[in-house]
Amino acid sequence: MKTQHPPSGTLLRRAAASGSALLLLGGLTAVPAAADEAGGNTLTVAIAQQVDSFNPFTAQLAVTTNILRHVYDSLTTVDPETGEPEASLAETWEASEDGLTWTFNIRDDAYFTDGEQLTADDVAWTFNTIMENDAAAIASGNYVAGFESVTAEDPTTLVIELDEPQATMESLRVPIVPQHVWEPIIEEEGDAFSDYTADDFPTVGSGPFVLTEHSRGEHIRLEANPDHWRGAPGFDELYFRYYSEKDAAVEALRSGEVSFVYELTDAQITSLETLDDVAVNIADGKRFQAFTINPGAQTQDGEEFGDGHPALSDLTLRQAIVMGIDNDEIVQQGANGQAVAAGGYIPPRYTDFHWAPEGDEAVLDFDPDAANEMLDDAGYELGDDGVRVSPDGDRLELRMHVHADRPDNVQAGQVIAERLADIGIEIDNRTVDPGILSDALYDAEYDLIFTGWTVNPDPDYVFSIHTCGALPTEPGTMQGDAYFCDEEYDELYAAQLAEYDREARADIIHQLQEVLYREAVVNVLTYPNIMEAYRTDHIAGIQLEPAEGGNIWGQDGYWAWWSAEPAEGAARGGGIGGVIGGGSGVSSGVLIGVGAGVLVLLAAGAFFFFRRRSTVEDRE
Amino acid sequence: MTTTPTEADEPTGAGTADVPAPAGPRGPGRTVRVVTYVLGRLTTAVVSLFAVIVAGFFLFRILPGDPVRAMTEGREVSAEQREELRRQFGLDQPLWQQFLDYAGGLLRLDLGISFQYREPVVDLILERLGPTLLLAGTGTVIAALLGLFLGARAGWKPGGRGDRTNTAVALFFWSVPTFWLGLLLIVLLASGRGFMPGLFPTGGMVDPRVSGTLPTVLSTAQHMVLPVITMVAVIYAQYLMIMRSSLMDEKGADYLTTARAKGLRDALVRRRHAVPNALLPTVTLIFLNLGQVVSGVILVETVFSWPGLGQLFYSGLRVPDLGLVQGLFVVFAASVILMNLLADLVYPLLDPRVRP
Repeated sequence: MKTQHPPSGTLLRRAAASGSALLLLGGLTAVPAAADEAGGNTLTVAIAQQVDSFNPFTAQLAVTTNILRHVYDSLTTVDPETGEPEASLAETWEASEDGLTWTFNIRDDAYFTDGEQLTADDVAWTFNTIMENDAAAIASGNYVAGFESVTAEDPTTLVIELDEPQATMESLRVPIVPQHVWEPIIEEEGDAFSDYTADDFPTVGSGPFVLTEHSRGEHIRLEANPDHWRGAPGFDELYFRYYSEKDAAVEALRSGEVSFVYELTDAQITSLETLDDVAVNIADGKRFQAFTINPGAQTQDGEEFGDGHPALSDLTLRQAIVMGIDNDEIVQQGANGQAVAAGGYIPPRYTDFHWAPEGDEAVLDFDPDAANEMLDDAGYELGDDGVRVSPDGDRLELRMHVHADRPDNVQAGQVIAERLADIGIEIDNRTVDPGILSDALYDAEYDLIFTGWTVNPDPDYVFSIHTCGALPTEPGTMQGDAYFCDEEYDELYAAQLAEYDREARADIIHQLQEVLYREAVVNVLTYPNIMEAYRTDHIAGIQLEPAEGGNIWGQDGYWAWWSAEPAEGAARGGGIGGVIGGGSGVSSGVLIGVGAGVLVLLAAGAFFFFRRRSTVEDRE
Repeated sequence: MTTTPTEADEPTGAGTADVPAPAGPRGPGRTVRVVTYVLGRLTTAVVSLFAVIVAGFFLFRILPGDPVRAMTEGREVSAEQREELRRQFGLDQPLWQQFLDYAGGLLRLDLGISFQYREPVVDLILERLGPTLLLAGTGTVIAALLGLFLGARAGWKPGGRGDRTNTAVALFFWSVPTFWLGLLLIVLLASGRGFMPGLFPTGGMVDPRVSGTLPTVLSTAQHMVLPVITMVAVIYAQYLMIMRSSLMDEKGADYLTTARAKGLRDALVRRRHAVPNALLPTVTLIFLNLGQVVSGVILVETVFSWPGLGQLFYSGLRVPDLGLVQGLFVVFAASVILMNLLADLVYPLLDPRVRP
């Protein structure tokens, strides 16, 4: 035996142990779900993305920020009914006349889970740490960029002084941490703070859940905080379990192993729709799917770089390209109808900020005839091969970079290539890995390129990436996803940021979108729907955000998991343990059969093994 | 598989096969030859490992895509935040400096930092090693037993019905995509549909809600069934094929004629005389096979969300997490090199015919 597996001891012991573990399977029928020990109500969510860190100052990845939102409160949240800022740790707030001084009144009934009261000092300390310490600014540095100072005047009063007015002050999604826990950690870790992953459990926060366990690559456990000032959550425990394969996660929902799955495809939704105990939720999208056109890349100093097609600096050509594409066709062909055709930059779920070109504004609606005419008039002559040539003599063959890993993008890319051929533009359709696409974008070595963003309730950021200030300082360092720079746009952008009246601000934001639309560098195609599903025999009711047509996973507040109510009888059968003992209704006969099958397989191996040994003994 | 070394001596012992006798079984000449042989093999392994480390480093550096951009894609970050990340990951250093740091770290068994987990890659690998060894080990042992057993039968009567069926089935599973087979098993046996619904969990290694030793072991066993079946189905064919052809080679040997002439039953001749000798080439295979096991385990762990090295690798590729992927690449490659080395060193001990 020693000849087979060199590090013999461990490997063989493990193999032997696991072999005997498999043997025990036969006895599994007698073990009706080990989950009997787990009392209370459990909600299980299937996740795929790994956790980078539970350090709220550095955690970057969506899954982590999502979970931390349940562990730490922030100053304000979002009202699921209206979509407007809503009180959280701050009960009320107001800005000074000049808009530079913000006073937040911190509630006096918020406690950390170790019993200490949360005061304005904790809030001030959190913000100051982010402002002073580079390592602590990794996650939320963008929120405090315009802060002059943050001070706690008394335990319930927080004052933030700004350099310039900033309309995003009601949407500071910064996790507020307990100073008494984190101050010693920051001192102790020093320069290594950015590597501190905060895996001491339970985590001390003030949110509706407490983080109690993380088994990497397996699961994360949260327990309800019964003393949360908003009231205790409906479920006692939340499990986030890893499923690296989405199809496997969908099967886990089907079997009842998990209660909720998200980011589904149209095909997965279709397969789940007909099930009795499963509800699908098709929500209005938060994302827009777009392509940008390279108008000639340059740095902030005006240094040109990249190799975009020279004719694309012509507004007429860019507009003709947009007019040549039918967004409705892309919704049907690319997304099987699971999207909304777009015009403006902000998805319709943000009702007051959304803008769509209508009437006289809708100059770039799908109209291939008009597009052809425009190009004819502008001197783009049609060559013998059906491809136009620019007035400067450049053939209109354009590269288009498409995300290979997103099937809907690939489909949309094919539609676009066909439609643009109709107006005499040849597309070199490059379906590539994300890395290649991103290199092409940052090196400006593209003509058309696919992009897309998730839009937050406050849209400031997705507008900021198209200001002249977002152009790269040197090639490769661009902030956004287009080399867009327009004086009018920059003025409007500054105006909306300084406008504290929500209605007036929305008005400016509409104008911003009109500029983007007209300039045809950033071209929005669709708003893909959000598709998710949950088991109605686990979850009785759940708050969507927004309440009408909203989603469950990835909310900006913690409404979904805080509000989720356990269904009758979900306590035992509902969890993961329900697979064998629970509600799937497997007869014990089948179980015994399979147990026997596994035994037979092992017996075959054992037979071979022992037969050989016995013959050896015979010989002796 | 039990007492191979003794049985390996049989041809020599039987004195029938014309084995070239090793010149001077002891004495200084032989020692020199052995030392030369061992040193030669060691050198090859070290050079290979070095090549892997260098190639691994530069290979992942020339891949398109900036890891910091990838990690922050679609998120609200400022240029300063990105620069800070770049500095932390050492990506702001010139390439040669990064390589020197990396190579220096390797000497201290430091594989660098995972960008995505912010933890030493070594710690992540050690944490996930157990589950992978459990899954890959069980899968390999069962596949080897099954493959060798079926292969011996098939090779004894090549072309017979048993041989044709066994070989066809094995080659079918060998060519089936691992991913597809795994998903199929989930659909049929785990998901609550199919002919035996909801028997096994769809993923994971243990039910997070169980505690105590016995429930944990049972839960782990239950979670192992489908992944192990998938692994075995995909890899047992190669054991079968090599055993089959190895046995066919032995079939005509004189010592078997002798054995038959002694009046032994056919099955005894096969089990006692042919199989032990035919096992020798498969020993090497079991070592060399590790490369296959590695690729198989990555896919199986991904389908079944098994928290091992394969899943870790997959999660690293998705980001892409340069530090992690590169570290795992070195570990995977090193384990294959190590297995090759061991095969080279151990085989002569088993088979006197190839002694240096």
